[in-house]
Amino acid sequence: MLSADFVIATAVAYVGLLFVLAYLGDRRARTNKRSFLHSPAVYTLSISVYCTSWTFYGAVGNAARSGLEFLTIYLGPTIVFVGWWFVLRRLVRISHNQRITSVADLLSSRFGKSNRLAVLVTCIAVIGIAPYIALQLKAVTSSIQAVAGASEVGRGSLTGIDDVGLAFGVAAGMALFTILFGTRHIDAKEQHHGVVAAIAFEAVVKLTALVAVGVFVVYIGGGFETIFSRAAEMGFAVQASDSFGDRWVTTMILSICAIICLPRQFQVTVVENSNEDHLRVAGWAFPAYMMLMSLFILPIALFGLTTMPAGSNPDMFALTLPMAAGQDGLALFAFIGGFSSATSMIILESIALSIMVSNHIVMPIVLRLTAGQQRSDGQGVTSMVLVARRFSIVLILSLGFFYFFFTRDSDALAPIGLISFAAIAQFFPAVIAALFWRDASLRAATLAIAVGFIVWFWCSFLPSFESVSPAVARLLVDGPWGISWLRPEAMFGLDGLDPLTHAVFWSLTLNVFILIVASLFTSQSALERIQASVFVDVFRRGPVAQGNFMRGSATANDLFFVAERVLGERRAALLFEVEAREVGVDPAMLDPSPDFIGRLERELAGSIGAASAHVMLAKVVSGGHVSLEEVMQMADETQQVIEYSQQLEKTSAELRTTARKLEDANAQLRELDSQKDEFLSQVSHEVRTPMTSIRSFSEILMEQGDLDEWQRQRFVRTIHGESLRLTKLLDEILDLSALERGERAWENAPTDAEAALDRAIAVCDALVRQRGMTLELGQRARPTMVNGEADRLCQVFINLISNAVKYNTAEEPVMRITSIVRSGSYIVDIADNGPGIAKGERKLIFEKFSRGLRGANGDQSGAGLGLAISRQIVARMNGSLELVPGPLAGACFRVRLNVVRS
Amino acid sequence: MAVDILIAEDEPSILESLDFILRRAGWSISSVTDGDAALDGVRRLRPRIVVLDVMLPKRSGFEVLKSIRADAGLRETPVLILTAKGQQQDRRIAEELGADGFVTKPYANAEVVGAVRRLLGEDAPR
Repeated sequence: MLSADFVIATAVAYVGLLFVLAYLGDRRARTNKRSFLHSPAVYTLSISVYCTSWTFYGAVGNAARSGLEFLTIYLGPTIVFVGWWFVLRRLVRISHNQRITSVADLLSSRFGKSNRLAVLVTCIAVIGIAPYIALQLKAVTSSIQAVAGASEVGRGSLTGIDDVGLAFGVAAGMALFTILFGTRHIDAKEQHHGVVAAIAFEAVVKLTALVAVGVFVVYIGGGFETIFSRAAEMGFAVQASDSFGDRWVTTMILSICAIICLPRQFQVTVVENSNEDHLRVAGWAFPAYMMLMSLFILPIALFGLTTMPAGSNPDMFALTLPMAAGQDGLALFAFIGGFSSATSMIILESIALSIMVSNHIVMPIVLRLTAGQQRSDGQGVTSMVLVARRFSIVLILSLGFFYFFFTRDSDALAPIGLISFAAIAQFFPAVIAALFWRDASLRAATLAIAVGFIVWFWCSFLPSFESVSPAVARLLVDGPWGISWLRPEAMFGLDGLDPLTHAVFWSLTLNVFILIVASLFTSQSALERIQASVFVDVFRRGPVAQGNFMRGSATANDLFFVAERVLGERRAALLFEVEAREVGVDPAMLDPSPDFIGRLERELAGSIGAASAHVMLAKVVSGGHVSLEEVMQMADETQQVIEYSQQLEKTSAELRTTARKLEDANAQLRELDSQKDEFLSQVSHEVRTPMTSIRSFSEILMEQGDLDEWQRQRFVRTIHGESLRLTKLLDEILDLSALERGERAWENAPTDAEAALDRAIAVCDALVRQRGMTLELGQRARPTMVNGEADRLCQVFINLISNAVKYNTAEEPVMRITSIVRSGSYIVDIADNGPGIAKGERKLIFEKFSRGLRGANGDQSGAGLGLAISRQIVARMNGSLELVPGPLAGACFRVRLNVVRS
Repeated sequence: MAVDILIAEDEPSILESLDFILRRAGWSISSVTDGDAALDGVRRLRPRIVVLDVMLPKRSGFEVLKSIRADAGLRETPVLILTAKGQQQDRRIAEELGADGFVTKPYANAEVVGAVRRLLGEDAPR
């Protein structure tokens, strides 16, 4: 009798050996790419992770209960691997090209890189695999208990620990091992050479163990024939005719689905594949391995049934038969074999699932949360991924343990495994559609998988709790709310079927139906269509020479899709029709020639630029990996075109603005031109006026009429005065013209402004007195130096004073002149009590020829240029001349000049 | 006190010359020096003809002309426009407003006298 402590110690030591193997395998695989670890043999052996403890123990139990049915579990994978050319090769090629990391990644990638679909698939996988994990826990627990036996001595340190505690211990141990094995580092391709090496080793161990037990059984049973005939005598005949039926078909379908879609099978077959040619070997070697595994199942089962006491668990025959024969060593070997099956499955399954969970659920969330932060250190992300994986492994094993905990009363192993198979089978239609059906759409696949999963949950997962939950048991009998056609094992009145068959029938039927119908009624996004053709045409594209994609074999459809998007439907259709007519085929059957592709590219280049067109067509024609980034880049290029056109628009807007400015300038010029006309007209008027008097009086004088001497004298004086006026006018015009051109006939120099003002007052004295005007000299500044010219400044003051005299119509005309120095400015105010300047004329008075009101005294010597000239003169002295509110009733002109600091 | 001619002219020496030559030709003269006074004079003095300068203070000669033509009682009064600008545009405006004659400064004395005589319908010099 083996003691439990010894068995457990052996198991731990075995795991330690596995760990060393994995460690060495990793090192070897890294240093030597051509090592045997990359051989097809190791690859094939790693695929045999398919044979779990369910196979090791459960198949025997299954055979004991249902005869040959256990074979169907091997039949499905055999079909798939013998026909590896059909599905597996395609799957491996695509996954290599697209760097697929899991079945969730595969579906997500094919259906437009939808993360939502990946999350759905991951969640279903985690939930669906839970029973499978539980199965392994149960197998290990049962096997330990079987080996340790019922004796108190044998139980050793397990005394007082029930199967739940044992299972928990096993689960915890497995979690620890898996974390140590699978999450030491991250490989970009998600390949784990060390783990694969250990798995391959375990495959050898479990096969050897089972074969050893089989040989032993056949030996002590007296050969195959004896065993079979004895069994037949005792009524344990293998009735194949009974076994063929719906359950056969169901389990075979399920095993076909499982060998492709099970996360761990996908991992070893597709992700860990380092060479496509290995499939060629695995195509026959893996079925051979399974045949060897199943070779002794029937003899062991039959021999157990015939020799073991009634009521003993047939699942444990592989252990109990050697023990019954006193072969403890063989029993221990068999235990290690079963233990190998369980550990390899748990380790790989949780690694595969943890990759899915971390890649599709944890990382997107982490990346979203840290999107704004600097992620310069890849180290942080790596450790984050590892933590996520470890957490996922604990979660997955916990789920398995809880499933075990709730369903521990059910004793058979095989049905539990099939529940998981049925869950995973929900991915199969979508996977097949992904590989072969171009029109399968994201929405259809998502809906189909979701519905299939719900039906599975209702019809298969839920009923497995029947034995522990009275509520579930009631549900099975009455249906929810008494709706009998919703009974989980008799949906829509489909009664009388095997529960598994029933669940698989409804879930897969609805799944496939929805996938097909919804795909036909939904449209694909651009990315979906691109990915669909990348997947479906993976071989059609073949190995295309880099940069010479013109020789590639794009379908007319793909090209049309691109052309349509860029050129619009009408233009694209026209292009294709013309080409088809030239070649002489139906447009639908058009096989695009390199010439045509070149022409198409040029057409596209016309719309989106050469680079974008080339990139876009290259994607379609060579069928290269189209990452989201590249698509975004393409979109960016398009965006650049848009931006470019926006810039063009902006430029043309600027041109419009410039044109408007030119128009404005032109208008200004026209305005200036009309101002010039106006000026000339004014000059003409001002010249004509004195000329009129001169001419008229000259004619009067020439007529020699009856003029008296006084009249004659007066007319001659008038002519003389008007001549002087005319001269003065012309002088002023020339003066103003020069000033307006910016010329200055003088040099600004420090000048005594007060002296200039005094001189002006003196000059005007006669005029003031003639008018009878009162000149009030107010506050006066002391002699102040300004930057200017004395004569010109004097001219300004004379102009202002004489204006004040000439235009003052008051009865008692008054003028007040003040000057002060204030904050660096010399200010002269010349105010009068005349009529002032009307509001509307205040701006105009500084304009040329603006005279405002005529002087009441008839003095018309000015031509209206005085103020304009004065203002120009002051401006040339960097001062100002303006009209300000004055102290008297009339106008007040202010001259302001900068004081020169001496 | 009706007069033959109302002269509206703001340039004193021109006014003096006009007054002299027209008075010498035998007509009675009254004169004003701004637009308001001109319109007022036309209404008050009912002259047989108005000699009107365009560039008048307060109210331009054209405005005065427009007012005369708008007044039913004064509408028939002949108006001779004087302008120092001498541009075609002024002549056109004057004609549109209904001026009867147009003389450009500087004028020949005989030209003014002839124009007034023609407008008054007096063929022979008195």
